[in-house]
Amino acid sequence: MRLILDEEQRRLADSVRALLADHCPPQRVREVMADDGAGIDRRLWTQLAELGVTGLLVPEAAGGAGAGHVDRCVVLAELGAALAPVPYLASAVLATDAAIALGDDTLAEDLLPEIAAGQQTVAVAVADAGGRWGSAADSVQAARDGGHWRLAGEAAFVVDGPFADHVLVYADHGWFVVDGGAVSWRPSRTLDPTRRMARAEFARTSARYVPCADPAGVLEAVWQRAAVALAAEQLGGMRRVLDDTVEYAKVRVQFGRPIGSQQAVKHACADLYASCEQAEAVLWHAAWTADHDPAALPEAAALAQVVLGPAAFDTAASGLQLHGGIGYTWEHDAHLYYKRAKTSELLLGTPAEHRARLADALSI
Amino acid sequence: MTGQQGTGHSGTGQRGTAFRERVRGWLAEHAPGGDDHVPEASESAPTEQQLAAAKRFQAALFDAGLAGLTWPAEYGGQGLTAAELQIFQEEAAAYDLPTGVFLISMGMCGPTLVDLGTHEQKVRYLPPLLRGEEIWCQLFSEPGAGSDVASLQTRAVRDGSGDWVVTGQKVWTSGAQYADFGALLARTNPDEAKHRGLTMFVVDMHAPGVTVRPLRDMTGSAPFNEVYFDDVRIPADAVIGEVDAGWAAAVTMLGHERVSIGGSVRRRYDPMTFDSLRDEARARGVAGDPVVRGELAELYAAERKLALLNARLRQQSDAGLAPGARGSVAKLAGAQVLWQAVRVAGLVVGPRAIAWEPGDPSGDALALAINATPASSIAGGTNQIQRGIIGDRVLGLPKEPQVDRDVPFRELRVGTQAR
Repeated sequence: MRLILDEEQRRLADSVRALLADHCPPQRVREVMADDGAGIDRRLWTQLAELGVTGLLVPEAAGGAGAGHVDRCVVLAELGAALAPVPYLASAVLATDAAIALGDDTLAEDLLPEIAAGQQTVAVAVADAGGRWGSAADSVQAARDGGHWRLAGEAAFVVDGPFADHVLVYADHGWFVVDGGAVSWRPSRTLDPTRRMARAEFARTSARYVPCADPAGVLEAVWQRAAVALAAEQLGGMRRVLDDTVEYAKVRVQFGRPIGSQQAVKHACADLYASCEQAEAVLWHAAWTADHDPAALPEAAALAQVVLGPAAFDTAASGLQLHGGIGYTWEHDAHLYYKRAKTSELLLGTPAEHRARLADALSI
Repeated sequence: MTGQQGTGHSGTGQRGTAFRERVRGWLAEHAPGGDDHVPEASESAPTEQQLAAAKRFQAALFDAGLAGLTWPAEYGGQGLTAAELQIFQEEAAAYDLPTGVFLISMGMCGPTLVDLGTHEQKVRYLPPLLRGEEIWCQLFSEPGAGSDVASLQTRAVRDGSGDWVVTGQKVWTSGAQYADFGALLARTNPDEAKHRGLTMFVVDMHAPGVTVRPLRDMTGSAPFNEVYFDDVRIPADAVIGEVDAGWAAAVTMLGHERVSIGGSVRRRYDPMTFDSLRDEARARGVAGDPVVRGELAELYAAERKLALLNARLRQQSDAGLAPGARGSVAKLAGAQVLWQAVRVAGLVVGPRAIAWEPGDPSGDALALAINATPASSIAGGTNQIQRGIIGDRVLGLPKEPQVDRDVPFRELRVGTQAR
């Protein structure tokens, strides 16, 4: 088990960080955030594709890098730190993992090279209006219509759905792929303005059935990999909040001295650091497990969300608190990390559901 | 399933596999059964028989080449890496090894001698320490110097012959009642500011003028002691490091202490672990309760993230990044896990944690564990001190204004002394 990055992985982190520093400063995040027409930063997405990181898990034969989960988590941590408004979680994580897990050659040949090249993005629809993972099987009906299939009903919580060229849908008969343009999208109002989600309405929408012996198994495999990937984003956010908070505590003077010299502030910063260090060990363990020990992934993935979900939100909340009044303003970025952390904590289920998953994995 | 607390995957290389096989085989043959449990120094005082058994076991470990794994071969160690140490700890976690009385010798005093001792000191002290023939204790804390160790008042004065003469009182000294040597921190120059006038010495605990008195803790047992020094003579070559540079030596030792406390493997029969409490919940038929399940999962997560943190610290250390003050994170997190376990234990066991039939050993064990938990966030530096260390030395936050920094020690007020 390896819990530290190697030289190549550190270089990967450096190059993504440098790209984001140049092209995705907080000002740019806010521009995209304010523009409902754009929603995502397409230029940044193209730059990430040129860097070769949009297809890290796509096999080399399909035009990807054939890399591993640790490498992808290195990228996700940087994207999470910058709150980069790109469809990486939707396309390079959820859709890529579903397309690989489905094991259908036609689907893989159609989608994976386009995802890897950044030419097309793909979203995944698995939840109904209640948001439970996999509940779209109850809310989206599939019916044969002559030689092909049509979908009816609706799915919700579709991350970056309206910008996607294709959507993978978990409907009542299994997995389907539909054209993004054929879906009627209803953008949701979201807690986190940097993570767009939408409701997808299907009305006799033409769909292609993806042959799959175990649709629920694919759904579970996608959840586990998403839990690891999201944990990497969460860690990136935690690190950024910690760094910003410690920096502020060093320069903000009250009562004649930097607030970071006060024990109340210093000890809270120490707790943030302790939480970050443990979260980081849990993340790299989960990513390593996804690459090397699939049998242990159900436990490691659940552990990642049990730990990182609440830890990332507590960190964002505490970091905001330690900034005092300025942290509560729209102008300061603390609220963006706060909203992202709460969103991520609930995106793949509630903390109670994650604990239940971990308990299941431990046979309690 | 104590393996769940370890990382389970360390040292998977060929050399690691061979070493693991050797350790596993040796322990299967030589580890004593559960009846021979010897308490840790911080737990309660061992009997004479237990102490003798522990020394025999340590000598056998040494003869098998399994003592001082990461210490230099020149002084009786094995010259191996933290990876082998981790493998040993993972394998040892399946047993209740009688090594507790050597924790301070092996985890703190020995490593400090390795770092700072003269060649003569290392040759004299390290091999008998590794063979279990000589046990060490740490003589830092005083009634007036707890969290603020540098304000200690025990004096060492050089006489005409070059020897030092020590007078004063130490407290919270684990294992002093059976220790042969102590690492003593004493004030050698009270005209300097408090951190600058200290020196560390090797002191013979059997020397005339050393008096050891047991001190009872809140569990009712007396694992530690008060130690009095009345004109105790110490030779000039007993200085560890440099004269008046004892604070640096103390920081070195406290760093080893944090690592050894935070990274130490939990014993097999500890009622305050996920494994024990899960079994307890099953035995009481409450394991299926959603609240109990959730709390058990959270406790498992807390233990696992600490174990993974320690594994990561070791990998970083092997890659050349010493843990240093970051060891405080493991110490802090270790205490927090135990407090969490106390909470879960109450949930799982319920009212039977507060009254039980005489002769029910599980009731006694749980009560002892509940009562011993405060030590985890006090001994070896309180949680508050650990947070201060992380803030100052890891995060680089500005220090608090220090009113005692540049004042000669003899002008300072310390402890709870009256003006």
